[in-house]
Amino acid sequence: MALLEVRDLAVHFESEDGLVRAVDGISYTVERGRTLGIVGESGSGKSVSSLTVMGLTRARNARISGSVVFDGKELLTASDDDMRGIRGDDIAMIFQDPLSSLHPFYRVGDQIVEAIRAHRDVSKAQARDRAVEMLGLVGIPEPRKRAAAYPHEFSGGMRQRAMIAMALANDPKLLIADEPTTALDVTVQAQILELIERLQQEFDTAVVVITHDLGVVAEMADDIAVMYAGRIIEHAPTDTIFREPEHPYTWGLLRSIPKLDSPRDEALTPIDGRPPSLINLPSGCSFHPRCPYVRPAHRRVEPALEPVEAGGDHRVACLLAHATRRRLWHELRAGRSPEEARSLVEPEEVA
Amino acid sequence: MFAYIVRRLVWVVFLLLLITLITFVIFSVLPAGDPARLRAGRQPTPELIQSIRESLGLDKSKPEQFLQYLGNVVQGDFGFSYQNNQDVLPQILDRLPNTMILVVGAVILWLAIGIPIGILSAVKTGSLMDRVIMGLALLAISAPVYFLGLVALFLFADDIGRFPLLPGNSAFNDAEGAADKFLALLMPWAVLAASFAAVYARFLRGGLIEVLNEDYIRTARAKGVSERRVIVKHGLRSALTPIVTLLGLDIGILLGGAILTETVFNIQGMGRFAYDAIVRSDLPIIQGTVLFGAFFIVIMTLIVDIVYAFLDPRVRY
Amino acid sequence: MSDTVVRERDDAAPAPRGDALVEVRDLVKHFPLRRGILFDRTVGAVRAVDGVSFDVLRGETLGLVGESGCGKSTTARMILRLIDPTSGSIRLDGQEIATVSGARLKELRRGMQMIFQDPYSSLNPRKTVGSIIGDPFQIHGLLKDDAQRKRAVKDLMDLVGLNPEHYNRYPHEFSGGQRQRIGVARALALKPKLIVADEPVSALDVSIQAQIINLLRDLQKELGLTLVFIAHDLSVVRHMCDRVAVMYLGKIVELASSDQLYDHPRMPYTGALMSAVPVADPQLAKVKRRQVLAGDVPSPTNPPAACRFHTRCWKAQAVCATQEPQLEPKEGGNLAACHFPLTDDEVRERVPSARV
Repeated sequence: MALLEVRDLAVHFESEDGLVRAVDGISYTVERGRTLGIVGESGSGKSVSSLTVMGLTRARNARISGSVVFDGKELLTASDDDMRGIRGDDIAMIFQDPLSSLHPFYRVGDQIVEAIRAHRDVSKAQARDRAVEMLGLVGIPEPRKRAAAYPHEFSGGMRQRAMIAMALANDPKLLIADEPTTALDVTVQAQILELIERLQQEFDTAVVVITHDLGVVAEMADDIAVMYAGRIIEHAPTDTIFREPEHPYTWGLLRSIPKLDSPRDEALTPIDGRPPSLINLPSGCSFHPRCPYVRPAHRRVEPALEPVEAGGDHRVACLLAHATRRRLWHELRAGRSPEEARSLVEPEEVA
Repeated sequence: MFAYIVRRLVWVVFLLLLITLITFVIFSVLPAGDPARLRAGRQPTPELIQSIRESLGLDKSKPEQFLQYLGNVVQGDFGFSYQNNQDVLPQILDRLPNTMILVVGAVILWLAIGIPIGILSAVKTGSLMDRVIMGLALLAISAPVYFLGLVALFLFADDIGRFPLLPGNSAFNDAEGAADKFLALLMPWAVLAASFAAVYARFLRGGLIEVLNEDYIRTARAKGVSERRVIVKHGLRSALTPIVTLLGLDIGILLGGAILTETVFNIQGMGRFAYDAIVRSDLPIIQGTVLFGAFFIVIMTLIVDIVYAFLDPRVRY
Repeated sequence: MSDTVVRERDDAAPAPRGDALVEVRDLVKHFPLRRGILFDRTVGAVRAVDGVSFDVLRGETLGLVGESGCGKSTTARMILRLIDPTSGSIRLDGQEIATVSGARLKELRRGMQMIFQDPYSSLNPRKTVGSIIGDPFQIHGLLKDDAQRKRAVKDLMDLVGLNPEHYNRYPHEFSGGQRQRIGVARALALKPKLIVADEPVSALDVSIQAQIINLLRDLQKELGLTLVFIAHDLSVVRHMCDRVAVMYLGKIVELASSDQLYDHPRMPYTGALMSAVPVADPQLAKVKRRQVLAGDVPSPTNPPAACRFHTRCWKAQAVCATQEPQLEPKEGGNLAACHFPLTDDEVRERVPSARV
């Protein structure tokens, strides 16, 4: 049985301007000990969905529906006390900016102790020992001394390590990392990613990495879910996403990022337009206004997330035929522009 | 920390000097009655006036007068009132305790009321209770102290009030014994505290709402910490620090004389004393009260800064 | 206005014309630290930039790369005279500008402009777009005729891919990418010789980054701009820049053409930077031997002796702590300040994209 099973999760916010469909019906699973990468840009709903899994979406105007089953237990209908017991114990989360995510007035060690004593009936001294142990585990030198320091006395990388120590103190089954390296320098990013990987192996923790950086998920994730406008538009094992992606948005992302190993003079192919308003989502396929391969039907019909091949683990939400998509991607990968690819593939297809 | 305190204390001395000088200059320049003549009584003769002038040191140059005053102050001699020729310092020290008791009582009251209300409003933002509370707070802030005071007397004073409950006007002045004094202070405390409680409630509400949106609150919840602990230990701790600054300033200012409250309830405090002296251009008393008032503000600011450094580790020197 | 690039890139970018537009020599910036009981004494300094020398050739894009605290932003701001250098020389078009001030400095500013990182905070929310882009003309007393200025502004909007009809709109009505275009238009208004772009795409979404990068590349070719491009994202720098300078703790540690740098980085720090960049290719990622540096960047108030990188360098030996390496040509043409530069094998292991 999967550790985490999310089904048709939707999070809508009622606002003066209309209903904000931040998360609009997503489904995915996370297996024990595996890493899922959720990729998306701002407004894709990736952060909101994970906060909701943790029960941290508390706004009065939030309407949550669907099902989130963790270790056999339904979370969306669980009591506040139950959720509090799970948060920080079975499911832990680390956030993007470790400076603002730690309380500036309390010592780092004390904040970790608080996390421990919220779930374990141990003395302060025992909790402190465990906190120091965790700080050492994440590679902070002189952990006992450092535990008495304040967050602003740590460097960015060390702060994120401390957050990881705090999150893993109670040996959670699932760790959710929301843009864990975005605010850090490149060499520090590498340190943190390596740390997460090492700890994951040591403690067999399942990890969900939320990021906009395709490079990070390429290195860390076993499976990848690509989100756009509150929905998952493609979900497949990592190799498949990079080798044989089947959604125009994924193609757009892959083709628009400069890579160290592609020819230097090759122009980047940006995605036309901008992300849609979550209040006035486009009709039919929400990506259609920006899709170079759009057909009239796409403006009316909303694609469902379906397997590319029966029984396979690659699912995509696109109305184009599987064969068409494969051919388009082959053209794009060969270096053609979207327009060229479309004109090469289109004449043979019937709408 | 030590270096910081030393530096601030030096500034305190410097500021007090500056303030004394400014007050002195201001009152030298103002057209007021000739103090020597005022002192001379009903039938001033030129010789009398001249001798008084000499004894007051008014014949010397201004800078000399100032230096003389300064020297005296340091030795505890604040001069003599122009009006009744009595020592200024003992008169001030006589009235200071009254102001202090008034202020301290009011502070305790307004904190005890304002802070819980502020927290409640912040936690239940947008609810009916929140709106009602904030509405009442607005009323309390808008009503001037003397208005509230007079209304309170009119309603509750045992001599003239509609619902005689509490000792009325001048009760404090006439009271004998601690118990009577305490009762007599209830209304003044309530009146003085009312608008401050409202201000602090609003202020804390705003600050706490903002703090509760910070990332570290989200982390605390993500750790599974109980909601009460999140609000008090994480939220309030941050939201209270600006209140400390505000409180220090308010106390400092009030200690210099809560003049309106003192007037309405006829309490012989610093405010009343200063006001009477201003009307008469009684310069030594004015200078004395100004100096005390400034001293309180400056000291309270220093205390607040030190307390702040204890509360917020980021500003420690 | 279409956001996609017109693909007619058959010819390679024209080679820079060889002569230097900007010459920087021994540029230093120390920010003093003050402490004291009654009077502040200078007890030390943050050595943000500690002696850098380089040229910016006419028509080229020079990349300044490094992590936080390396001094790249400070260096760029000194070139633009937004910060005054502690010492050193900056020559723009042959003229010494490091110590210029007053009216002469204002005149100079017409020739050099900046594009800022955060499109949300770098535009005055109370001004219309037209007014923001038109400000440079007003400040320098050019195009006094309103109609003329308006036309010039609209032309600029067109040039950067904005709809000129939106002349009277406010910044908040535009998306992040569009705001950045506004910033670019403003920088171009006075046809400056030099543009410094300080992390112009870091704050944008991935799909928008590509639009702005393409825009800058196109504009540079069209207008023959000289660009100093500051970034921490190595892949973006590679794409945009002809030459790259890598900075660490206030010094330039490697200076090479893009091809040289990315094919065979020589300074171990550069190697570590490239190794750390997450590779958007799972196969390569598996093969890569990630070179993870130990520890944090040392404080710029107290940088390590001699080679500043020696405390974190896996190739460091005794001489690295006693003798400061000079910026000298290494194998392949890169200028690197290192006693033990990376060998081809070491490069291959750590940087899968390298082509030694």
